Amino acid sequence: MSLLDASNPPAWLDGGSWTYPLGTDNQGRDVLSAILYGSRLSLFVGSLAVLLALLIGVTLGLLAGWCGGLTDTIIMRIADVKLSFPAILLALLIDGVVRGMLPRDAQSEIASYVLIAAIALSFWVQYARTVRALTLVERNKEYIQAARVIGVHPAKIVLGHLLPNVIGPILVIATINLALAILTEATLSFLGVGLPPTQPSLGTLIRNGNDYLFSGDWWISIFPGVVLAVLILSVNLLGDWLRDAFNPKLR
Amino acid sequence: MAEPETLLHVEELHRSFDVSLPAIERLMRGKKRATLKAVDGISFTMRRGETFALVGESGCGKSTVARLVVGLYRPTSGRVVFAGQELARLKSRKAAAPLRRRLQMIFQDPYASLNPRWQVKRIIAEPLRTHRLVASEAALRQRVAELLLQVRLSPVDGDKFPHEFSGGQRQRISIARALASNPEFLVCDEPTSALDVSVQAQILNLMKDLQRQLGLTYLFISHNLAVIYQMSDRVGVMYLGRLVEIASAERLFAAPRHPYTQLLLDTIPSIEITGREREPVGGEVPNPINPPPGCSFHPRCPFAYERCRRERPELIDVGGTLVACHAVEEDRLPQARAYTEYET
Amino acid sequence: MLEPLLRVENLRIELPTRRGVLTAIDDISFAIAPGEVLGVVGESGAGKSLTGTAIIGLLEPPLRIAGGRITLAGRRIDNLPSEAMRRIRGREIGAIFQDPLTSLNPLYTIGRQLVETIRTHLDLSPAAARDQALALLREVGIAGAEARIDHYPHQFSGGMRQRVVIALAIAANPRLIIADEPTTALDVSIQAQIIALLKRLCRDHGTAIMLVTHDMGVIAETAHRVAVMYAGRIVEIGAVAEIVAHPRHPYTRGLMDSIPRIGGRRQRLRQIDGAMPRLGAIPAGCPFNQRCPEVADRCRRQRPDLLPAAGTEAACWLYDKVLLPAQEAFDG
Repeated sequence: MSLLDASNPPAWLDGGSWTYPLGTDNQGRDVLSAILYGSRLSLFVGSLAVLLALLIGVTLGLLAGWCGGLTDTIIMRIADVKLSFPAILLALLIDGVVRGMLPRDAQSEIASYVLIAAIALSFWVQYARTVRALTLVERNKEYIQAARVIGVHPAKIVLGHLLPNVIGPILVIATINLALAILTEATLSFLGVGLPPTQPSLGTLIRNGNDYLFSGDWWISIFPGVVLAVLILSVNLLGDWLRDAFNPKLR
Repeated sequence: MAEPETLLHVEELHRSFDVSLPAIERLMRGKKRATLKAVDGISFTMRRGETFALVGESGCGKSTVARLVVGLYRPTSGRVVFAGQELARLKSRKAAAPLRRRLQMIFQDPYASLNPRWQVKRIIAEPLRTHRLVASEAALRQRVAELLLQVRLSPVDGDKFPHEFSGGQRQRISIARALASNPEFLVCDEPTSALDVSVQAQILNLMKDLQRQLGLTYLFISHNLAVIYQMSDRVGVMYLGRLVEIASAERLFAAPRHPYTQLLLDTIPSIEITGREREPVGGEVPNPINPPPGCSFHPRCPFAYERCRRERPELIDVGGTLVACHAVEEDRLPQARAYTEYET
Repeated sequence: MLEPLLRVENLRIELPTRRGVLTAIDDISFAIAPGEVLGVVGESGAGKSLTGTAIIGLLEPPLRIAGGRITLAGRRIDNLPSEAMRRIRGREIGAIFQDPLTSLNPLYTIGRQLVETIRTHLDLSPAAARDQALALLREVGIAGAEARIDHYPHQFSGGMRQRVVIALAIAANPRLIIADEPTTALDVSIQAQIIALLKRLCRDHGTAIMLVTHDMGVIAETAHRVAVMYAGRIVEIGAVAEIVAHPRHPYTRGLMDSIPRIGGRRQRLRQIDGAMPRLGAIPAGCPFNQRCPEVADRCRRQRPDLLPAAGTEAACWLYDKVLLPAQEAFDG
């Protein structure tokens, strides 16, 4: 990359060339390559965040629903407390704390992991609540009672019988959340508290390009934005397909 | 021939549920704790090989008794003794396992009693795996096939899912699962109530055949007196958590003693009696949270008087039948009507 | 011969699906005379509820009436526009469904629901309608009607709720009531009370009732005639006493035999092997031919219509006039 190639428009416009099909940004970086790398990072952060949120949320939800009593109350009160914090605020909080604790260089390395944790901690509650509600319903169904009469270990009942029957709606929520997680990451990076500028994600790309929107170099922002939208759409469609694939009645 | 052993002994069984409003609401409305006495002092005994039926209308507690016997609920007080051991006293799952193997249950709803996401062969194999009853996968497959054939399904049905079967077939799968661990005792909670009449006949016949082949003992719960007539040796009639009459099937149907039993037999819509004109006894089953004092049947009983309102009757032996009724004790009832000719 | 109140002729109900058009009700015909109780009995999937739903005009799309006619007091009702049908519903035809819990709106007092129904069909002032509602409640046997009229549905027990539903059904004095499993969700001792109530109303108001149920015992006690349905067809129809005592169609015979009864020997129940074919799997010819102990070759090729069969009508080739002498020898 060279500064001489800075701010080239996309190939099909005047001044552009096919070396940089979608143009370059203000520092001469190829927009197309940046998008490819950025999407990968966005997906990485988004999926891990959702996975972590799933793990935390489903586990706590199953525990709360199956055990009931004090366990249930404690978990649900923690969930209520978490809900009083908006996701962005929470992410900002965690981010700020971590920045304060670590030296500068360490920060950029683990930035993505901090981001993942922050997003996960914002999203787990909906899984927990949904799973808990479904568990409470399924728990009294006769096939669960049959397993108890047989003498199956409670862990096996929860994992083998209960989990497959409550996971359906969760998967749909998870895929919508994936889209949301990517967006949250983009927002946070856009705000400057997510990933550092050295690690391009779709969010940071949009952020960078934002400054140049009004000076006419629209391609730096718009292309990453379009890719973000398409990514989210495909993730949602994937969610629909997954839910149908898991339904034995439709096989 | 030696007297068949006592397999199940239920003594002064009580089970209550706390149905109060949540604490805060209760305080705000100034209401007291509410307790539902689902089972209010039940005692009975079952011998090996017999079919004992518990009959009653909704809210009488028979399903709760079924779940107490099989260990899904713990008694509030009283004992359930199966083959000399109390399931409720066994603390760990491991200690309870040998008992659980011998005692299984069939449920009412054929649609909810099978995990919709498991293949049938996995459902039937679960008891085998839990109790480690077979050594290898091949042996497991064979046993599952055997069980499917025993309930008159085909071994290839093992690869299918529950929703591919009709209600009657699902009940067969439930039965196969219950038989997997070679139990001696089956608790059957309204096994045919959700089935069509002709399917019911198939399942009842199957159950009778299996009982004969495998020497099973059945605790049969139902609200349908005709089915009970066909299936049971002895019958216990329940009302609001209490047993009001226990008798052999032949005595119960031929000469019912308790007024409630007579009411039940009188009010069943019967095919034989087309166009019958009769005035049914009024009243409904009272709310179990606030049962009437004394004998719980007295508000609907044509023979009730002062003592019935104050004092709860105990089961007494009247010519081989156990009845809990003051009127019977004092011989105040008109001569027990012969309801039907019972031939063996 | 009284002019029938309700006449159903060659009714066909179809269900279009992705895999093709399924026939749920396949050419059934019957009539109900004024003041008569016709029982419609059959097992799940036979189409009895569907028939009632079609008559009252509440078929949910994609189900549709694909042929035949339904006439009420000489007037055709199956092809009426929805507004006209709405006026008939309640006024001329009342309905009682199985679950009293969901038939009543939990948010309104029963008084309000009664008054609303009454005023929809009869031109009465609110006060007059309320008086009428009170009279109805008393008639269906609800004690303390003045107090209870302002109660909500959840304050009633199951049996009482069903009585309220019956009151709603007769509020506008309809000539025909479709009762779909009115006693199935109730306890045995309450069932008897509701049956007695229905019979009394039928007698006092001259209302005809189409009683749909799977419980033959209820039909035996309540109905004058009964139609037995199987896989969307009527396989036998006739007087209740006759069908119960001498069922003619092999399915009806199998059904009667499999009903457990009190009294007599406790022996193995006679069973019909197999199960009713599902929609889309109904065989050609007679729908019962896969399970019939007396199946013949003709049964697999030709579908029988209702034929006279010594006291009732049965859709079975055994009763084809050609075979009648052989049949008499069979009956003995």
